[in-house]
Amino acid sequence: MSSHSTSRHRYPQDRLPERATPADAAICASGHRTDPLLIACPNCDLLHRLAPQGDATLLCFRCGAVLYRDKPNSIERGLALTLTALILFVLSNSFPFLAMKSGGLVQETILLTGIRELWNEGMQGLAFLVLLTCVLVPLAQMLGLLYILAPLYGGRPPARHAGRVFRLVQEVAPWGMMEVFLIGVLVALVKLGHMATIVPGVSVFSFAVLIFIMAAAYSSLDPPLLWDRLDLRR
Amino acid sequence: MNAQLVTARQLGLVSCHDCRLLIDAQQVDTHPHCPRCGAHLHLRKPNSLARTWALVWAALICLVPANLLPMTITTALGTKQADTIMSGVIYFMQSGSWEVATVIFVASIFVPCAKLLILIYLLLSVRFRSAWRPRDRTVLYRLTELVGRWSMVDIYVVTILVALVRLGAVAAIEAGPAAVYFAAVVVITMFAAESFDPRLIWDVVEEDV
Ligand SMILES: [Zn+2]
Ligand SMILES: [Zn+2]
Ligand SMILES: [Zn+2]
Repeated sequence: MSSHSTSRHRYPQDRLPERATPADAAICASGHRTDPLLIACPNCDLLHRLAPQGDATLLCFRCGAVLYRDKPNSIERGLALTLTALILFVLSNSFPFLAMKSGGLVQETILLTGIRELWNEGMQGLAFLVLLTCVLVPLAQMLGLLYILAPLYGGRPPARHAGRVFRLVQEVAPWGMMEVFLIGVLVALVKLGHMATIVPGVSVFSFAVLIFIMAAAYSSLDPPLLWDRLDLRR
Repeated sequence: MNAQLVTARQLGLVSCHDCRLLIDAQQVDTHPHCPRCGAHLHLRKPNSLARTWALVWAALICLVPANLLPMTITTALGTKQADTIMSGVIYFMQSGSWEVATVIFVASIFVPCAKLLILIYLLLSVRFRSAWRPRDRTVLYRLTELVGRWSMVDIYVVTILVALVRLGAVAAIEAGPAAVYFAAVVVITMFAAESFDPRLIWDVVEEDV
């Protein structure tokens, strides 16, 4: 982890968190309650202090939650990965992901036609759920990240409402389920294998790559750094 | 208690759920929004226990039709066959694809049940002010947050089957009523895990010391 000191987008003072001390408690009690060096564990509320050096993944020493993870070059990497993901996303949704041959007939399906079939069958709720978790949420995440990261990468001030957009991106994250969908495709392949010949399409492969790129993009983000930049008070 | 262990609550601080900024609790009383990210602020998730209980009950109720009613209805060569989640698993086991049988069993039966049992256990442990292994209970909570999404597999399988098998002449697959209930179980348990506040586990431990 030697490249940190030279990278352009670093979290201000290379902070490594450690436990809060009674001295911190005294500082806080004396009015500096929003000391940026202190963070509370989201799972057990214990206070920790971010120390000014080191490379790190810091776990809460009481409950083990991840409090902080060092993310070098987070803005460049996040932006590059998001753009790649967006291209793969368009590919994955334009080509069929499965083709089924039975008799002389070939039935191809892209994700959106599957959703439409569910809708036509009167299962609008389910259709919407699949649309939401496999199309809308991932798309919103990618576009949101692009909106946040692009100006920061160019060294410009953050875009309007970028803080709110980032909050939304974080809140919808659990509802993006493309990786679960891919497992569903694999199971369907096996299930239909005895009825007809099933050929996985281009889109299955681009989908598989997309999932890894998306996960990498998301985990390359450095939320403390981003919140520092996107502060609404600025 | 160890003198070095200080929680935000003990210092009168509220940690922002979205950006982790610490804000003075008195300030939060007058203006309950995070100055940095705009999120709504609260010391603990509001009505955490009551909301989680309500969602757990709702999920338990939906779990019954989800497992008893057919998930898919296959029409092939004039005969109709309705498959529940469990009969799908048995079918895969008998046809030798035990990997797929395992995936479906874990995602559709084991995970939702385990998740609900863990949430019920956590709710009861807070209710009865348990001081037993709070760290392990917090890990259990993180586990329920993490695994819930994988239960969606079966819903996606149904979507794909319905979309693909539209050949009419050979076979047709329809989504059965269980699909809706099962989707409801997945969504409701995700909300249930989200509404439970694991800091309550630690609050009761600290208060009882
Ligand atoms: Zn903790
Ligand atoms: Zn905030
Ligand atoms: Zn709130």
